[in-house]
Amino acid sequence: MKTISLGKVRDTIKDIVQKANFDLQDDVLALIKKMQAKEESPTGKEVLRQILENAKIAREEKIPLCQDTGLAVFFVELGEDVKLQKECGLFSLRHAINEGVRAGYAEGYLRNSVVGDPLQRNNTGDNTPAFIHWELVPGDTFKVTFIAKGAGAENMSAVRMFAPADGIESIEDFVVETVDKAGPNACPPVIVGVGLGGNFEYSTLLSKKALLRRPVGSHNRDKFYAQMERRLLERINNLGIGPQGLGGRCTALAVHVETFPCHIASMPAAVNIQCHSHRVIRIVI
Amino acid sequence: MAEYCIETPVTDEFIEKLRVGDYLYITGNLYTGRDSAHKKLIELIKKGKGLPFDLKGQFIYYVGSTPPRPGKPIGSAGPTTSYRMDLYASKLYSLGIKGTIGKGCRSKEVKESLKKYKAVYLAAIGGVGALISKSIEKAEIIAYPELGPEAIYRLKVKDFPSIVINDIYGGDLYEEGKRQYKNIFTKGLM
Ligand code: SF4
Repeated sequence: MKTISLGKVRDTIKDIVQKANFDLQDDVLALIKKMQAKEESPTGKEVLRQILENAKIAREEKIPLCQDTGLAVFFVELGEDVKLQKECGLFSLRHAINEGVRAGYAEGYLRNSVVGDPLQRNNTGDNTPAFIHWELVPGDTFKVTFIAKGAGAENMSAVRMFAPADGIESIEDFVVETVDKAGPNACPPVIVGVGLGGNFEYSTLLSKKALLRRPVGSHNRDKFYAQMERRLLERINNLGIGPQGLGGRCTALAVHVETFPCHIASMPAAVNIQCHSHRVIRIVI
Repeated sequence: MAEYCIETPVTDEFIEKLRVGDYLYITGNLYTGRDSAHKKLIELIKKGKGLPFDLKGQFIYYVGSTPPRPGKPIGSAGPTTSYRMDLYASKLYSLGIKGTIGKGCRSKEVKESLKKYKAVYLAAIGGVGALISKSIEKAEIIAYPELGPEAIYRLKVKDFPSIVINDIYGGDLYEEGKRQYKNIFTKGLM
């Protein structure tokens, strides 16, 4: 049995929401540099150069990489043998995470981008609530993955319920079409998360989980899906959209496919698009 | 592709010179506006009331920056996606706005308005808000402070970098760029 204090959770969350928004992680930087060398379009090359310069300024001066500091999305893996110690007026794990978001977004001068109601649209003023996906796991681990998810790329995401007979080609067309439709709106070069299988809601969750794979650009362990990822990346980078949609080769940095069992009569497929400002941090508390 | 350093407000003669792909470095004032501010501006226009700033020859920048750190004029300040303002853009062009700055594609109607009212649509690079903040010297709220990051600000800018996406001749850089680099062997989507 391991004991973790909610105060520590809050403080850790407060730190990582800021770090993610100031420090573009090394795997993303490395991939952008690699693409910069390959890009054929001079304008595209210049855009990639600016993205790298932006990352340097953000890191050194603690100015957010992008003004859309995103919804605060968390994937929490909580060990069944972890005991949470309530303290500092924090009464639940959800409360501690939300308090961390509130404090971190204020301390880091990050933008509050959440409205409390989808139609009445009043800003909640502190970027809460956090969007938390829970997973209970065996043992005493406690892992948190944070992703700051901006709206530009999120709004271009899609889900479709295929029939099993539609087959892999229709699904690949759907992925490529989704990126094509997103065009410049999603701030390419993008990272494409594909969730295959599960059911309606599970496929979308898988597509977001797919974005979290590290290092970015690594492949699915299953060779079949690794090949699918390579094919998709090649097709997407032949679309011509290029960095910021101004024309070029580098439309996507990576395609990650994740899968799950599904119903004998279903074949759900979801595509979650992420922009080049891929602000993800994973920590173990 | 030409490069221009210009000061706002601009004239029709200047807009006539611009072609897609031209780089524009803007000095002077930019006015910010996103969804809610646009809605309010259009309501004022409908009611025939005065506007918070003179639209003639000006540029509107679609941005909602992060709050400034103490001593800084502004935080991260890159463009937001423009299509959300498509519904409002034509009206503002008709009243004298000479350019809007954002990222992403515009509607047919907006592109038509550019020809009709002699105006341009410019893009700033999305997701490089820290870098762009370096060209903003001052930011003051001139309307709707209650909207927070969505308030209308007057930004004093120096050599603010942008690129012409749509000109008054019907050109579209997103379409042209894509056509140029699209691999003709790409399966399916031809
Ligand atoms: S899509 Fe990403 S990089 Fe572009 S503005 Fe939104 S959060 Fe920033």
